[in-house]
Amino acid sequence: MSTFDDPFDSDRNLQAGCVCGQHRSALEHEQAASALRCEPIESEDKRYEGVVASAVMRAMFPQDVARRAFLKSVGASTALAALSQFFPLKTATEVFAATGTPEKKDLKVGFIPITCATPIIMAAPLGFYAKHGLNVEVVKTAGWAVVRDKTINKEYDAAHMLAPMPIAISLGLGSSAIPFAVPAIENINGQGITLAMKHKDKRDPKDWKGMKFAIPFDYSMHNYLLRYYLAEHGIDPDTDVQLRSVPPPEMVANLRADNIDGFLAPDNICQRAIYDGVGFMHILSKEIWDGHPCCSFAASREFITTAPNSFAALTRAIVDATAYASKAENRKQIAEAIAPANYINAPVTVLEQVLTGTYADGLGGVKTDAKRVDFDPFPWQSFAVWMLTQMKRWGQIKGEVDYKTIAEQVYLATDTKKLMTEMGLSPPASAYKSFAVMGKTFDPAKPEDYVASFKIRKGA
Amino acid sequence: MTSSLRLRAGLVSIVLLAAFLGIWHIATRSTGATTTMSPEYAKLMGLTATQGKSAMPGPLDVGAKLWEHLKRPFYDNGPNDKGLGIQLAYSIARVGTGYLLAVLVAIPLGFLIGMSPLLSKALDPFIQVLKPISPLAWMPLALYTIKDSSVSAIFVIFICSIWPMLLNTVFGVASVRKEWINVARTLEVGTIRRAFTVILPAAAPTILTGMRISIGIAWLVIVAAEMLVGGTGIGYFVWNEWNNLSITNVIIAILLIGVIGMLLDQILARFTRMVTFPE
Repeated sequence: MSTFDDPFDSDRNLQAGCVCGQHRSALEHEQAASALRCEPIESEDKRYEGVVASAVMRAMFPQDVARRAFLKSVGASTALAALSQFFPLKTATEVFAATGTPEKKDLKVGFIPITCATPIIMAAPLGFYAKHGLNVEVVKTAGWAVVRDKTINKEYDAAHMLAPMPIAISLGLGSSAIPFAVPAIENINGQGITLAMKHKDKRDPKDWKGMKFAIPFDYSMHNYLLRYYLAEHGIDPDTDVQLRSVPPPEMVANLRADNIDGFLAPDNICQRAIYDGVGFMHILSKEIWDGHPCCSFAASREFITTAPNSFAALTRAIVDATAYASKAENRKQIAEAIAPANYINAPVTVLEQVLTGTYADGLGGVKTDAKRVDFDPFPWQSFAVWMLTQMKRWGQIKGEVDYKTIAEQVYLATDTKKLMTEMGLSPPASAYKSFAVMGKTFDPAKPEDYVASFKIRKGA
Repeated sequence: MTSSLRLRAGLVSIVLLAAFLGIWHIATRSTGATTTMSPEYAKLMGLTATQGKSAMPGPLDVGAKLWEHLKRPFYDNGPNDKGLGIQLAYSIARVGTGYLLAVLVAIPLGFLIGMSPLLSKALDPFIQVLKPISPLAWMPLALYTIKDSSVSAIFVIFICSIWPMLLNTVFGVASVRKEWINVARTLEVGTIRRAFTVILPAAAPTILTGMRISIGIAWLVIVAAEMLVGGTGIGYFVWNEWNNLSITNVIIAILLIGVIGMLLDQILARFTRMVTFPE
């Protein structure tokens, strides 16, 4: 007998042997069908329902004879209704389905060696992937474009991407259009504007005309935040300064060689510049927008549909790791776990300063900000809408933008919410929230008005 | 006479090396604590900032680190951290595969083109256009079509090592002395036999020279290709250490890349000497 057969068929022996499809009368078949299928099962959910109901029935009637007698006397649908009264079959089924066996256990996940990838990386040495039944190899990758290509080419099953990248890929900006999705945000905050030592008296952005800045990628929060910051201070990022896409590790070397004046970069790079004495922290990105997303955990829609259980397990592992990383007391241990050459490959002191938030600012002071970087997995769809407004603002996308639809397709808030609830976490009720960037409130319901409200923008 | 020349040359080499190391050592000495910092702050900073240590490592740092690597060349700490021996083996395997594929294509094709003036003229424009393309320019195209980064790296090696071999084979085959071919023809030697017993030995030195140029280029390119695609190989090692701004390890990698490149070149030079004949 298969576990997936109808437990409400009184003729069936739950202990052994299958009698599926052998109903005595059409009526009984009808009853059974309306209650729970016994024909080949079409959907995963139905199958799980069967398994759970079987287990419950077995628990209630350890003696098969008694179960049969009970079913004969009341009928399958009544039994089901009665059972549902006092046992939450639906919830039990959901919980069971959530831990379905992964279709694919050995997975490859790409990452860029920066502290934003902390949950993705630490999940390997600290055993979060293993805990959720996966054998994940985290592979260090040379740059954002390579991560994108390798994930599109299916060399990676999922990857660490900058939060706007899955949106850009889904829209076909800078690559062919392939539907991607974000089940979890990696980190919030955790970036900074670092300037070369020679600019230590030039702290007002109004004096920055003609300077050269590095950003990690065109489709990055770094690009949008730096542009936003400059524009708020009256500097047009397209005409008054030069913005260059530079891979993070080359930023420090370029700063030392005087090729750039500063950068808005992911962390451990900012702190590394300070550690090596070539730059100082102008501001943390947190001061531009407290709680901004930075990097995301992304996978293609194809992977999600072909291996839904693997994907769910992966998401659970990431959410789990993110929850662990969000606790301040764990940060030192994490810094040590991710520092070796196999992972980030950076001095432990640097990672500790980033993760614990007690850091040298490069000007001789020690600052403390426990929220310098934080970890919160929930993929707010309003984040996606904001990124789309900035893409529109800076001419990366043109014409009509269907903000809400795109955000909902790419940022899987509903699915993650469900997972988080199952894991005993408390996700927010709505996927949209309003927030303020440099004191200006963003209303996710009115993205067009928001774009139009900026004086400095491309083609304005 | 020659032995004393060799001795003197050796002495000069050693003096040059010593002078180079000496200057390097002096140039990268630390300048001592530069500014006064609170100890609490200094603890959070690197040696470059606190001790005035040069960002460039000195020869002693490099030597110590090199010794560390040589002591355990085959360690494996997971997918992103492997010993130098393993990294080099990956690179050599990639170069070997791409290069052998190129030999298999270039030499027979070169023979055909060299023996047929018609083909030679017809294919010439294509070869001339394809030859000067930087092998790395093929990378995006390869990644896009092949959709596999390690195969793409091998393809790039293949495409860059094929041209010198092809052109040298064509040239060697086409410039076999007419008298020899005529003698073969007088003796009524068949085409296949003529190709193997007359043309091949005569063209071998030129072909080997082409192969020697190719292996040099292949080795140059693999480092760059691995830096792009990542994962494994000495090029990836350089990139990974650059990520950590560990110039010491980058210098070590540079040294090893040079040594391996020289060895590859010497192996082919030996083959070339074996087939060279006096005229």
